[in-house]
Amino acid sequence: MALLEVRDLVVEFGLREGASMALDGISFALEPGERLGIVGESGAGKSVAAFSILNLLSAPGYIASGQIIFDGVDLASLSESALRTVRGRRIGMIFQDPMMTLNPVLSIGEQMLECLRAHSNCSESEARHICIERLRQVQIPSPEQRLRQYPHELSGGMRQRVIIAIALLLDPQLIIADEPTTALDVTIQAEIMQLLRELCDNEGVALLLITHDLGVVAQLTHRTMVLYAGRVVEQAETAALIRAPRHPYTRGLLDALPERTEPGRPLNQIPGSMPGLQSMPSGCAFHPRCNLARARCQSESPALQHGVACWEAAC
Amino acid sequence: MTNFIFQRLIQGVIVMLVISVISFAIQDQLGDPLRELVGQSVSESEREVLREQMGLNDPLWQQYFRFLGRAVQGDLGQSYFYKEPALDVILKKLPATLELVLCATLIIALISVPAGVFCAIKPRHPVARAIMAVSLVGISVPVFLTAIGLIYLFSVELGWAPSYGRGELVTLWGGWRTGLLTADGLAHLILPSITLSSIMLPLFIRLIRGEMLEVLQSDYIRFARAKGISAQRVYFVHALKNTLLPVITVGGVQIGTLVAYTILTETVFQWPGMGFIFLEAVNRVDTPLLIAYLIVVSVIFVITNTLVDMIYGLVNPTVRLTGVK
Amino acid sequence: MGIAAQSRWWQPRWWQRWRSSPLGHSLGRDRIAQVALAVLLLMALAAVFAPVLAPFDPYDPRSIDIMNSELPPAWVDDADPQFVLGTDAQGRDLLSAILYGLRVSLLIGLCAVMLQALIGITVGLSAGYLGGRVDVILMRAADIQLSYSTMMVAIIVLAVFRTAFGAQLYSDLAVLMLILVIGIAEWPQYARTVRASVLAEKQKEYIDAAQVLGYGRLRIMFRHILPNALSPVFVISTVQVANAIISEASLSFLGLGMPVNRPSLGSLISSGFEYVFSGSWWMTVIPGLVLVVLVLVVNVLGDWLRDVLNPRLYKGS
Repeated sequence: MALLEVRDLVVEFGLREGASMALDGISFALEPGERLGIVGESGAGKSVAAFSILNLLSAPGYIASGQIIFDGVDLASLSESALRTVRGRRIGMIFQDPMMTLNPVLSIGEQMLECLRAHSNCSESEARHICIERLRQVQIPSPEQRLRQYPHELSGGMRQRVIIAIALLLDPQLIIADEPTTALDVTIQAEIMQLLRELCDNEGVALLLITHDLGVVAQLTHRTMVLYAGRVVEQAETAALIRAPRHPYTRGLLDALPERTEPGRPLNQIPGSMPGLQSMPSGCAFHPRCNLARARCQSESPALQHGVACWEAAC
Repeated sequence: MTNFIFQRLIQGVIVMLVISVISFAIQDQLGDPLRELVGQSVSESEREVLREQMGLNDPLWQQYFRFLGRAVQGDLGQSYFYKEPALDVILKKLPATLELVLCATLIIALISVPAGVFCAIKPRHPVARAIMAVSLVGISVPVFLTAIGLIYLFSVELGWAPSYGRGELVTLWGGWRTGLLTADGLAHLILPSITLSSIMLPLFIRLIRGEMLEVLQSDYIRFARAKGISAQRVYFVHALKNTLLPVITVGGVQIGTLVAYTILTETVFQWPGMGFIFLEAVNRVDTPLLIAYLIVVSVIFVITNTLVDMIYGLVNPTVRLTGVK
Repeated sequence: MGIAAQSRWWQPRWWQRWRSSPLGHSLGRDRIAQVALAVLLLMALAAVFAPVLAPFDPYDPRSIDIMNSELPPAWVDDADPQFVLGTDAQGRDLLSAILYGLRVSLLIGLCAVMLQALIGITVGLSAGYLGGRVDVILMRAADIQLSYSTMMVAIIVLAVFRTAFGAQLYSDLAVLMLILVIGIAEWPQYARTVRASVLAEKQKEYIDAAQVLGYGRLRIMFRHILPNALSPVFVISTVQVANAIISEASLSFLGLGMPVNRPSLGSLISSGFEYVFSGSWWMTVIPGLVLVVLVLVVNVLGDWLRDVLNPRLYKGS
């Protein structure tokens, strides 16, 4: 049985001008221990997908319909208090910017211990022991001292390690990581990715990785899902997707990678930009930017068939 | 921390020196100590001798340093009206004003924090909307109108609370006469302290709400929620602590405003405090009393500002460990 | 140009531009802001045309008859219909006095805020743009000035001047003094806000470009940076006008503001205060109501502006 199965998830933003869809019926499944990447440009709805799983959407966003079945339970139908027993304990989260993710006025220890206190009734000394153990696991030097320190005393890479330690604190089955390396320096990016990979392998944790960077996806994930304007446009084994992308958008993303450009030549950009929520084009949302677009693409929206949602690629 | 306090002390001394120059200038412009001392009946030559004896013909800077020297020893001259040392007159009225400010501050703190937090957590709740509407009206009503309205309603019409004076007092050690320990004294405090708090209350509710709304948008709040901790803990530990940091800074500034508004409140309620006596001194051209008030109030400002900065440093870990702001 | 094509001849261009701007658009749908703006405009017009509208000239001692003192408003029994809102203790027509008082209050409020803005913007621009030592000194001064509340500074300064000048000369100069005192006491609000926006703007590339082009500091400060810092200035200005009007009223209530023979709303309330509990409520309540409504509509508009323009305002460190 799949660990997480999302079915026809629709997330809307209730704006003054009327509700608009940020996620337009996406579906995917994740097996225990599997690592799935969700890729797309900013505005594609990646982060919305990540936050909607634990219902952490901030107003005016809300889940309009669909199911989020985690270990047999539909999270979308759970009450806030029932969700709290899942958050942090069975699903951990890692956020994009480690500088903003830790509370500046609380010590690292406080921020770790409160999570343990909320989910288990272990003693204070046991809890401290677990925290120190986790910090050691994410390769933070002298973890005992770190507990007393405040976030501003740690570097960005250190903070992201602390955040990973918090996410792993209660042996969750799934970690949702929203652009975990984007805000870090390149060298630290590689370290954090390596760390995430090892931890997931060693602990058998499933990973849902949200990123705009196909390079990161290639290194970390088993499968990849490409989002465009709130819809899944392609889904495949990561290796296959990188080797033979089928949707023109995926192809565009891959061609835009610096490694794929001949030295000295400009990067291959996808022309145009992602449409806003208020100005969705008719038919396939990608058609204004697509070099394969036909008349049909403008009028009819393609469904996901055999892992790709494109009239041209599907035939 | 010591570095920080030292910095604050130096700043306080500079402020007090500026105030002393202003005070000296006021005294020099407004007061003719000779006339107050001997009246009109003394001849011109005798006056000249007296002037010389009192050092009034010395260069200004000498007179200033003499003034400063006396001021440091607590000698700010005799009140023309009360015929007593001006500083004593003011200090005798200090408890009344401080008790009023204390009660008003308590009212503000006890109401504004829960109200502001509630309005931020449930911005669309009808109660929150009502609080915001009332607070907007609240900012728009001048304090003396609030006072008049309260007196009219609760003293004249309903007769629930007295409208002037301090009521029955008890003397504590050190001659501090307090109204906080008798029922009558407390009853007399009700209307003035509500009036005084009414200036700041809407301001603080709006400030706390605005700050809290902003904090609630931040990533660390979302992360705290993602950890599965209780909503109370998210709101009252994670969000409130960050909300209160800027509120403390503004609060320090507003204590000064509160002291200033005691002048209005005390005048309407005939509350025998420093503000009331200050306005009397203004109308009677009682220069030494005026100066004594100025200096005492400045000292209060310097002390409260330093205290507020220290509290800020204690709450905010980023300040505490680096020692400087 | 789609809007222009559909336009009707009685809607001039500027009106269409205003309707399609964020402010105009939001005003079109915000009923409360519309009412507030209408009330404010009405009051402003009443103040400007006070000499035409007022049935009596409250500054002219000949129009005042002590025999008419303490007459209630026209809708109360045994009132003189000649005096619509009744008369005050000296027999002055309250309606006329309020119209003239409104004029004085608005004049002082607006001029004081203009003075604040002038000083504050100059200081804020210099501190933010020049930085370094200038910045430290100016902002420290602003902190200290701000910790001494406006009211305190104003009361002390006015008290000293009144004792120094004597009551007669003081009452002649009252308008000017109030503008100066309220204007000077509140400049740090502007200075801090402008400085914050300048610091934000300064990092943007177009400033570098302007410097590379060799434009002078003054030109960059006023022509390039200031326009980008105007939206927060706009928002605090409304709040400041409301505050200035309240400050003026409070000072007048204490007897440190406008004299009784040239009353502002505050001094009208003040002189009526003695009689309020002896039954002549209208002398305090009516000008009080006018004052509250005036300040309230300005505050409502300020809130609305803040919501629409949503600038980053300075708040503490």
